[in-house]
Amino acid sequence: MTSTDTGHTYRLNVNGSDRVVDGSWLGESLLYVLRERLGLPGTKNACEQGECGACSVLIDGVLVCSCLELAAAAVGTDIVTVEGIGNAGPTDGNGLTDVQRAFVTEGAVQCGFCTPGLIVAVHDLLDDNPEPSRSETHEALAGHLCRCTGYGRIEAAVEHVIEIRRD
Amino acid sequence: MTVSMPSSVDETLRLLSDDPAATILAGGTDAMVEINYEHRRPASVVSLRRVNELATWSIDGGTVRLGATVPYVEIMNSELAAASPGLAQASRTVGSSQIRNTGTVGGNLATGSPAGDTIPVLAALDAIVEIASVRGIREVAVVDLIVGVKRTVLEPDELIVAIRFPVASGPQEFLKIGPRNAMVISVASCALVINQAERSVACALGSVSPAPLRCGDAEEFAAANIDWTSDGIRITDPRTLETFGSMVADAASPIDDHRSTAAYRKHGIAVMARRALTRATTS
Repeated sequence: MTSTDTGHTYRLNVNGSDRVVDGSWLGESLLYVLRERLGLPGTKNACEQGECGACSVLIDGVLVCSCLELAAAAVGTDIVTVEGIGNAGPTDGNGLTDVQRAFVTEGAVQCGFCTPGLIVAVHDLLDDNPEPSRSETHEALAGHLCRCTGYGRIEAAVEHVIEIRRD
Repeated sequence: MTVSMPSSVDETLRLLSDDPAATILAGGTDAMVEINYEHRRPASVVSLRRVNELATWSIDGGTVRLGATVPYVEIMNSELAAASPGLAQASRTVGSSQIRNTGTVGGNLATGSPAGDTIPVLAALDAIVEIASVRGIREVAVVDLIVGVKRTVLEPDELIVAIRFPVASGPQEFLKIGPRNAMVISVASCALVINQAERSVACALGSVSPAPLRCGDAEEFAAANIDWTSDGIRITDPRTLETFGSMVADAASPIDDHRSTAAYRKHGIAVMARRALTRATTS
C-alpha cells in the first residue's frame, strides 16, 4: 500500500440503505468507514482490537465488532448499526427502542461511550433468548467494557426489558 | 490494495497461486488487529466470507470434518458440541460473543499462537489438517502444523480447508487460566481427551511452549492407572490424580513474560491437569 492508494469506491448496505463509500483505502475497518466516511458516529471507536465491544454492529444478523471487519469485504451484507437498531421494531415517541428506553430509566448510561455497543448487543441477546439467566446475560455481554456503571445498572436495564417483553 | 471475494475453494486457490503474498482473511479477529495497528499493510486481501464450502461441517461415521471457517459459536451450539465436547469447551472460552461469532478454527491454526485456545484440544485429538493449494491437497497433523511461535509449515499459497478428528469416545475437558472469564489470552491451558474404546488418554497444553505440546509420559501413566469399566472410568487411588498433575507440569516448558511467570504457569498446569482428570473420571 502507498499513501496514495485511496480513492476506491464500493457500496455497503447499512441500516437498509444502499450507501456509497468513496475515496477509501481498502484496508479500512468497517468501524472507520461507518464513522468517517458514512457519517454514522453512533458506533464508537475505542480499542480497535475487539476487546471493548463499543463498536458492535450486526452483520447479516450476527453481532460482530465492526473494528474487526474489513469494510470492503462486507460488500453484499446487511449491516445494522445503533442508528438503525430501531428500524425493525417498535419505538416510543422519542424514537427509542425498549432497550434504549430501559437504559435511560435504569440509569445504565453514564458517560455513554459503551452504550451504543451494548444497545446493539442487548437487542441481539434478547431477540435470540427472551429470558436469559443472569449468567447468560453476563456471558453474552462479557465483550463490553464499561468503566462507569460497574455493570449493575446495565444488568438492571436488561432485566427491565425482559419484564416488559414478558407482559 | 486489492480485496478479492472468491466464492469457491478452487477460485481461492487460484488467487493465492497468482498472488501468494495475499493476506487471507477468515474471521478477521487476528488479521484486522494487525491491519488496524499498522503491523501489517497488505497489498492484497483474499476474504473467505463467500466461500460457503469452508463454513460447513459433517460427521461421517466416527470422524468429524470441520470446515476451516466454521465459527466458534457453531461448534458450541450445534451437534458438534456433543461430538467434540473438548473443542466446544475451548471455543466457549474464546474472546467474547462477538469474537466467537466470527473467529474460526482454521484461523486459530493459521495464526499459530501458543495461546490459541483450540490448539491443545486439536493436538490431544490427533487432529489432521487438510491443506490445499493449486498443487493439490496435503494432510498434516496439528502437532506438525505449528512449529514455533506463530510459525506454521503452511506455504504462502496454501489454504487450510478443513480439520478432521475422531468423534468423542469418552470424557473431554479443557481448562484455561486467565485474569477474567472472558476476553482472555490464556496464561496456560490444558486439554484432556479420554478414549474409552481404545483405553487411551491424551493431554496437551497451551501457552507453555512455542508449539503444541503433548504429555506422553503422563498420558501413559494415566491410562495405566484408570479403572476402565464398561459403564465408565474411575481412578481408585486418589494419589494418581496428584501424580498425573505433576507429570503433566513436568512436560511443560513455560517462560516468564508479561502475562505470567514460568513458575506460576507450571503450578497452574499441575492444578488444571489434576482437575481435568478428576472431572473426567468422576462424571
